[in-house]
Amino acid sequence: MKYEAVIGLEVHVQLKTQSKIFSASSAEFGGDANSKVDPVVIGMPGVLPVLNKKVVEYAVKMGMATNCTIARHSIFARKHYFYPDLPKGYQISQFEEPICEHGFIEVNADDGEARKINIERIHLEEDAGKSVHAEEYVAKNETLIDLNRAGVPLIEIVTEPDFRSPQEVYQYLTKIRQIVRYLEICDGNMDEGSMRCDANVSIRPVGQPELGTKTELKNMNSIRGVERALEYEIQRQISAVADGESIEQQTLLWNANKNITVAMRSKEYAHDYRYFPDPDLVPVLVSDEWRNSIAESLPELPEARKNRFMAEFKLPEYDATVITEEKELADYFEKAALTSKDPKITSNWIMGDVSRILNDGKITISEFSVPPKGLAELINLVADGTISQKIGKQVLDEILATGASAQKIVEDKGLVQISDVSAIESLVDGVLATHPDEFARFKNGEMKLMGFLVGQIMRASKGKVNPKIANEILRKKIE
Amino acid sequence: MTISIEDVKRTAKLARLEFSDDELKNMTKEMGTILGYVEKLNELDLNDVPETAHVLQLSNVFREDEVKPGLSNEEALANAPRVKKGHFSVPKVIGE
Repeated sequence: MKYEAVIGLEVHVQLKTQSKIFSASSAEFGGDANSKVDPVVIGMPGVLPVLNKKVVEYAVKMGMATNCTIARHSIFARKHYFYPDLPKGYQISQFEEPICEHGFIEVNADDGEARKINIERIHLEEDAGKSVHAEEYVAKNETLIDLNRAGVPLIEIVTEPDFRSPQEVYQYLTKIRQIVRYLEICDGNMDEGSMRCDANVSIRPVGQPELGTKTELKNMNSIRGVERALEYEIQRQISAVADGESIEQQTLLWNANKNITVAMRSKEYAHDYRYFPDPDLVPVLVSDEWRNSIAESLPELPEARKNRFMAEFKLPEYDATVITEEKELADYFEKAALTSKDPKITSNWIMGDVSRILNDGKITISEFSVPPKGLAELINLVADGTISQKIGKQVLDEILATGASAQKIVEDKGLVQISDVSAIESLVDGVLATHPDEFARFKNGEMKLMGFLVGQIMRASKGKVNPKIANEILRKKIE
Repeated sequence: MTISIEDVKRTAKLARLEFSDDELKNMTKEMGTILGYVEKLNELDLNDVPETAHVLQLSNVFREDEVKPGLSNEEALANAPRVKKGHFSVPKVIGE
């Protein structure tokens, strides 16, 4: 029997505000335990939450970027459960009337077709604190609680069960991360927990409309990890069903070291969150005027930017995709491309040498010390033939080391490419004279020696010879 | 509307409260009375009245996104029965 997977996601995105969602203590990550707290955060009796306006704006931005309807009227609810990292005994969330609904994101399905992943809702809520179990100073019979994270603003993005493969989930999460980074509402780092993903997954025979029993996967701390956990869990379910077992509805934790899912100890009580409207928080009304002003503040989104780069700079789709993956990289490219003579060569340099330097140094483009104009100047020297591609790479290293401009380095070091035919001819003759054997074999048709001889010529000229002209001259020698 | 003793037990369990049999009986009666009182609203024709989450005619009460000093670690932990390394210490919550 052939099975298909049915997957839905809940993604939590921590919003990068200064202060918490309902009070003024710092929402910054890290720091000493219980040092970023206030009476609202630790759930003291009699306190009142007051909503951070920026949180609403960020959520609306996300809704707009994912094709959602923005609610004109939205309310908060209390979701009740007991856990020590939730001091009030309820989490303030949204149940009825969330801030955004009915959006979608497109991914490429396994068959290459575009598939719409419907977003059921995006709602606002507060994060809980952190339970510390694993540190060596935690005794066997205790759990330690740090409430710094409690009250940090979150949006939860809930999809319909529209995914049919882990690969589609991978693409969706990559897009969500890209969008939150473009919007600058979250840094999107799953390993630090600023973006978190739970997945519901079930299998069913292909063609069967009813859904199978689902399991919930948690504890994945990378997008790749989500993909792997789903691959594992889908296979586990298929094998279980093939063996005549039934799937138990349960929560499973992904163990990234062992590459397996492990059942979480089942809860004593069935979920019964007893949602009701929070009487402490009044409704949020998003007027047309407010919505328009948020819409105007939206940056150009990745998809639109990619298409524009293809149209405006004539970049191939591959280049445009890579360059727009990160907003900062796209910004860098655009600035460089506007002063360089050739956008495609600019994208080659950014995807090639610049990316290599970033990877080697483990730095981001914002930490790259060569400004876009500086790179464009270098690219123009290569594009107009003043220096060779090879010398260009040296000059880039030199710019990084000294901070001098490309033009100055080329002049000071005498790196201008030799394009004068007679000068190159005499260099070629010199090399041929010192390598008579290779020259003889080359003349006899061993064309692979071409590379060797050009290499020697480059070496003799310290890389300054225009390799195109050297090639032509060599070729003439055997005509 | 009637409320059964099972409803009360379940509600108590969700709230992590324990009651004796006598208390449960009393509670069932009292909660039934309260719900019966609220039920009086059903005598009104409310078809044209929209559902509201709030009785106040207020909306959009916001604060700007500004950080203000909160509690120190010592103040935050002052009421905690057990404390360790700046944390609240609670009985272990996770099983293996």
